Amino acid sequence: MRKTIGLKKGLNLHLEGGLVSYDVSGFVCPSRVAVEPDDFPGFMPKLEVKEGDPVKVGSPLFHDKVHDGMKLVSPVSGIVESIVRGPRRKIERIVISVDSVSDVLSVLPFSGSNAGDVRDFLLKSGLWIMMRRRPFDVVPDPSDSPVSIMVTAMDTAPLALPLERMIEGRDSDIKAGLAILKKLTSGKIYIGVDEGSMLHDFGDAEVVRFPNLHPAGNAGVQLANIRPVNKGDVAWTVDILTVARIGRLAVSGVPDWETMVAVTGSEITDPSVIKTVVGAEMSVLLEGRIKSDEKPRRVISGNVLTGIPVGVDGYLRYPYRQVTVIPEGSDADEFMGWASMSPSKMSVNPSFIGHFLKRSFAPDARLNGGRRAMIMSGVYDKVFPMDILPEYLIKAILARDIDRMEALGIYEVAPEDFALAEYVDPSKLELQKIVRQGLDYLRGQV
Amino acid sequence: MKALRDYLNRIKPNFEPEGKLHAFRSVFDGLETFLYTPNTTSDSGVNIHDSLDSKRVMIIVVLALMPCLLFGMYNTGYQNWLAAGADNFPFWEIMAYGFLSVLPRIVVAYVVGLGIEFVVAQWRREEIQEGFLVTGILIPLVCPVETPLWMIAVATAFSVIFVKEVFGGTGYNVFNVALVTRAVLFFGYPAQMSGDKVFVASRSICGLGFDLPDAFSGATPLGQIASFTGGDLQLLNLKGNVVSAWDAFIGLIPGSFGETSTLAILIGAVILLVTGIASWRIMLSVVAGGLLMGWVANFFATPTYPASFLSPVDQLLFGGFAFAAVFMATDPVTAARTNAGKYFYGLLVGAMAILIRTYNNGYPEGAMLAVLLGNAFAPLIDYCVVQLNVARRMRRMRG
Repeated sequence: MRKTIGLKKGLNLHLEGGLVSYDVSGFVCPSRVAVEPDDFPGFMPKLEVKEGDPVKVGSPLFHDKVHDGMKLVSPVSGIVESIVRGPRRKIERIVISVDSVSDVLSVLPFSGSNAGDVRDFLLKSGLWIMMRRRPFDVVPDPSDSPVSIMVTAMDTAPLALPLERMIEGRDSDIKAGLAILKKLTSGKIYIGVDEGSMLHDFGDAEVVRFPNLHPAGNAGVQLANIRPVNKGDVAWTVDILTVARIGRLAVSGVPDWETMVAVTGSEITDPSVIKTVVGAEMSVLLEGRIKSDEKPRRVISGNVLTGIPVGVDGYLRYPYRQVTVIPEGSDADEFMGWASMSPSKMSVNPSFIGHFLKRSFAPDARLNGGRRAMIMSGVYDKVFPMDILPEYLIKAILARDIDRMEALGIYEVAPEDFALAEYVDPSKLELQKIVRQGLDYLRGQV
Repeated sequence: MKALRDYLNRIKPNFEPEGKLHAFRSVFDGLETFLYTPNTTSDSGVNIHDSLDSKRVMIIVVLALMPCLLFGMYNTGYQNWLAAGADNFPFWEIMAYGFLSVLPRIVVAYVVGLGIEFVVAQWRREEIQEGFLVTGILIPLVCPVETPLWMIAVATAFSVIFVKEVFGGTGYNVFNVALVTRAVLFFGYPAQMSGDKVFVASRSICGLGFDLPDAFSGATPLGQIASFTGGDLQLLNLKGNVVSAWDAFIGLIPGSFGETSTLAILIGAVILLVTGIASWRIMLSVVAGGLLMGWVANFFATPTYPASFLSPVDQLLFGGFAFAAVFMATDPVTAARTNAGKYFYGLLVGAMAILIRTYNNGYPEGAMLAVLLGNAFAPLIDYCVVQLNVARRMRRMRG
């Protein structure tokens, strides 16, 4: 059965610097890659390597403090160049200088049969921690038995490369990956795809269609509209590229850490798709692509809503699919910006001329206002396609009221689901941060 | 503009914690962010933000109030000329007269209110907030033109401190600050704030306008209804002519400064609705509630309650109803916040306004009390709507 779920709430931002074509411009091999444990909430990293150690593709770099078998592995072979620590000696990243991307530690196709074998296989491969679980939007616990697995096969974020482009010709990998995942759940596997998609049903997995309206591509939004996560339930979310990686590893035994990166944004001269490996250094992806004039820029790993500003000397971060470069705006001196009638201001509010124009915008990273208490009502609702009252949930989180958070549906959400609300908020509240802190607080309490 | 920016940069260190003017940091901050959009960039979360901020929201509301303010200036002068028995009405002189009569009230409201805001912001080490930009202009608009300045000052100070700041400032107040100011005036100084003396400017200002005799009486239409004792009810203007619904729509009748013209209020409503700043749900349901209650009252019209003889449409045109529906009930902080709740809230406010006005002869107008009552009930209404959402989730879990 092919369902289509019509979502009306949401917002597609029209930004400058979008991809003109989806053609891939060859493989770019970085000279360095980095692995950052912070990308995996819930994973408590313990080092397995020292500086100077040689590593191969698939060599474990970290394991989890609680679950020894859960590994974070190297996507390349080379030498551990540095282990970068932040405040209180927290490990920020391991930087590896790259020799090769094909020299693998071991070629081991999946040979087991039961759920336990699958679990060990995935934990060890480093693919386990590429998945997330609701509640809390963290790396799944090995003891989880998910009631459903949501596979997202669409990316509706601003300027993103459609996920389906990344899995072209990989049907057999996906089938194999789904078969592996199927062993881990007694419930259903859903694949959320764009309504115009050609993807068909894969065996047990059920294809559900969504409109191409952000945030319909978010796993949480898709789950909430198919089978919402109740208290006590565990559901997993995973993107279809990870499923394909699982499939390839299971069948051939060769780890696959290649990725396609959409290099986009108003400060990029020719937005294009680059094939590289996960964790690649930004400099090689951006070389010759950033506009030449001198001004502060923000290099974001990811999209403008959920991406992390990493700087031009940073590295590609999870989920390793997009780089966006926009003006920072810290050099702007805007006289009475609140009164502006400039058509280049981007807004959902009709008091801005730009609201009515069919054009693309090049917003910078400024807050465009001061942080305030929640004043306007109903602003978040318009971009929040879930049966949740976002304002009230945020207030419950701020009050650290556990019962209320549960009652209002905190188990169903991830920070990314609030990204658009954070963008439109005239009070400029840090909603994603608030939600992340709320989820972490709740996880510490229960 | 560059020179101004440089000047601000030069004097800025004086307002830093060690600077000699650090006691005025909040004032400087407020001014600086007003003149130049801060170039603070996001350090977590989304990397871009919508261009709309609370400054623009507040300024749009102030803009939407401008038709009411301008019309109020004309009407104030017009009523004075009319009461003096003038035959010709020179536009610019009338406007100047109205301007001079409202200016001190606006200045007093802003100086007192913003003064308190600045002090509190300084004390709490917070940024100055914009909420009072709107409140400060609302206060003179909802008061009779003859309200003494010191009363405005006292009432404004009272409500800014006890209705807003003690709750935490803009965004945390339970009641609409401007309306509480009006209520403080109404209940604190009933003799000066109601009756037939205060709604028409009776003194000449700077040689403009006319001094009216002390015995002059200029009751508002609703005031006339409230003091009606029997006989044939006819609403009269200052010249003794009958006031029609059309007159009430245009607004050349005695009343609180900015509330008389439904036309000017409608222009403001269009601005608020087109820009999406005010909730159409609330406006619509306040009007619906008013019409419904007006119709019920009219259906059971009785001489005991003379206001019940007004048609439902008249009910909307007279008094402060339209102003309350457009500018007061829609205050997002004190209104219901859930979409479903907004309908109930609006209906409650609209119906209560007409109910109080009609069935309590002591109060010629009920819009103010109705909105304050609505404010008090808004959290309860929202609570019920939120509980429905919670109940759906619980049912899903069990099912």
